[in-house]
Amino acid sequence: MENIKKENDYILEVRNLKKYYPLSRFSLGKSRAYVKAVDDVSFKIKRGTTMGLVGESGCGKTTVGRSILRLHDITGGQVIFDGQDLAKIPPSKLRKMRPQMQMIFQDPYSSLSPRMPVGEIIGEAVKEHKIVPKSEYRSHILKVMRDCGLQPQYFYRYPHEFSGGQRQRISIARAVALKPKFIICDEPLSALDVSIQAQIINLMKDLQERYGYTYLFISHDLSVVEYISDTIGVMYLGSMVEIGDKKRIFDNPMHPYTKALLSAVPISDPDVKMNRIILSGDIPSPVNPPSGCKFRTRCQHCMDICSREVPKLKEYEEGHMVACHLYSQD
Amino acid sequence: MGLKNFFERKKIEGVDNTMYLTLREERRISKENNRIIKYYERQKARKNVPEEEYLTQMRDPNNVVEFDNLHTYFFTDVGTVKSVNGVTFDVPIGKTVGIVGESGCGKSVTSLSLMQLVQAPTGQIVEGSIRYQAGDGKCYDIPKVPKDRMLKLRGKEISMIFQEPMTSLNPVFRIGEQMDEVILLHEEGATPEIAKERSIAMLKSVGIPMPDKIYTKYPHELSGGMRQRVMIAMALLCNPRLIIADEPTTALDVTIQAQILELLREVKERINGSIMLITHDLGVIAEMADLVVVMYAGRIIEKGTVREIFHDPKHPYTIGLMRSKPSGKLKDNRLYSIKGQVPNPINMPDHCYFLNRCDMAMDICHGEYPKMIQYSPTHFAACYLCGESSFPKNDLAKE
Repeated sequence: MENIKKENDYILEVRNLKKYYPLSRFSLGKSRAYVKAVDDVSFKIKRGTTMGLVGESGCGKTTVGRSILRLHDITGGQVIFDGQDLAKIPPSKLRKMRPQMQMIFQDPYSSLSPRMPVGEIIGEAVKEHKIVPKSEYRSHILKVMRDCGLQPQYFYRYPHEFSGGQRQRISIARAVALKPKFIICDEPLSALDVSIQAQIINLMKDLQERYGYTYLFISHDLSVVEYISDTIGVMYLGSMVEIGDKKRIFDNPMHPYTKALLSAVPISDPDVKMNRIILSGDIPSPVNPPSGCKFRTRCQHCMDICSREVPKLKEYEEGHMVACHLYSQD
Repeated sequence: MGLKNFFERKKIEGVDNTMYLTLREERRISKENNRIIKYYERQKARKNVPEEEYLTQMRDPNNVVEFDNLHTYFFTDVGTVKSVNGVTFDVPIGKTVGIVGESGCGKSVTSLSLMQLVQAPTGQIVEGSIRYQAGDGKCYDIPKVPKDRMLKLRGKEISMIFQEPMTSLNPVFRIGEQMDEVILLHEEGATPEIAKERSIAMLKSVGIPMPDKIYTKYPHELSGGMRQRVMIAMALLCNPRLIIADEPTTALDVTIQAQILELLREVKERINGSIMLITHDLGVIAEMADLVVVMYAGRIIEKGTVREIFHDPKHPYTIGLMRSKPSGKLKDNRLYSIKGQVPNPINMPDHCYFLNRCDMAMDICHGEYPKMIQYSPTHFAACYLCGESSFPKNDLAKE
């Protein structure tokens, strides 16, 4: 058993993940149009680490998260979780796998049922999946609540009685109560204030240290991702443009998009004046993305080859992959 | 489940029921509120008010706006919420003033008070004054200005950019119609042709490609960044002297945020106006603002120039805010976090509001609310902690 765990050091491997949404408009004689929300994305996550997924809104980072959990069917590719291909597992088996992968949603106001008391919200799935024997149910829930910084008297209270930060604690408790291995956090901090954000980040880090969870942390806030992640993937318009260790990405960003993204983060020091790379225009429509490199319409270093060939994700340093023609594609 | 739950709940934890009001008490509060609200509403609805009543003098002619001991309360059925509780600061001409604070600290209500847009009838300005220096040299005391006069100031001289560009643009009218309306309302003798020409020119000046096409589009056809540009264009149409930007970039991506901030800076130069920038992002403040006001639970706890606030913060809350911003450069594995949360706004304590979250609380903090202490001509903070160490500096400031 021990040996297998060491070999399968990667808890999750995503290979060539694709998710296309068909557009409802049919046009005769033409092939059907698709929104390519996620187009050929591959990455691996090591057990017990955190991977950050960054990108602008509409770049497909949430779709990646949902595809991994198979909250919707995927168009192509493989999602290998703990040695099993999730895309091919029959539904009955998938249901048994569900407790191992959990999700924390962005908006703590809409993701909690207003009609259930906190104890029930946290415990509903625990009962359903029979995580603990019935006799231990209550003590298990209370323990989880204590872990997440919720007082035991909240057990019978309803979500509307809580502030945003505490609601997010409830969502975390709900995910953690199932004893998962892998948690997807879909922008869990974006609805919270700075001082509360820090509390939630600390909570998530503590839980990870204590129980060894693996996180996929989806966010557009680079400073949070920089703080919490071990590896970082940068997405643009459905594809991964750069992926690597946190240090390598932040010390030596290679893709022009990553550079622009990093330079756009406001720094809280009035004396530091950044050489800001301001991207012109908006993210193009994913229905008909630019040919070749998708970033070429906003790129400063656009060359001839960029419109002809799609750059491939290549490794340039150890644990640092970039998809850009600026770096020789050999 | 319901009834059993109810009894169990009382039995087990002995929940403190102080936040629940009896029916009688609730009725008493709402009666009281009605009386107060009626008084203020009658004051505001008066017609033909003589000008002398709302014209005043500025303390310093270099300021556009002076907030002086402003109190804005909300009279709700569960009690009075003191949203803005004695706020004093100035907005100098040609400067950007940043207001920072957590949600619910009253930063938006402060700006809405200036526009007379506080949600009436529950929300009322009960005390204090906001002096506004208009372009024609007159100086208005905003809380006393009657409604019909305010219509001429709002949108023309003071304009506002809201947080959600989607909800603040009307979805059933084209961009052009909404923009023309501003000109037609505020400019005398403006014809629809002139209005259209100016709207398109303004759209072009905020960096919108193909402005005449955007002019005929509906808000939902534009992206978030584009909508925010339209909002900015709309705010600029009548050459305002003051722009209030209420979290203008919170709903946008970092790359678009950088574009919008750049645009705001450029716009400020062009019109030589002032900006009141409300945000909770310290990074945005550091980049944009000249002066910073930090608010907590309805009061200003610290104010000063950006450098003073960022390099030499005095109040534990300001320091906490700075330290709780995550960054990968931290040596320590744990992020500093301010414990607890903002106290219930209905019954605020008598002592310092930050006391129960403060790491550096002392005995004296349980006394009355600390006074504003001056450290330099521009730097103020309300905390006992830094009060003692600053006495020599304080003397210097007086000299």
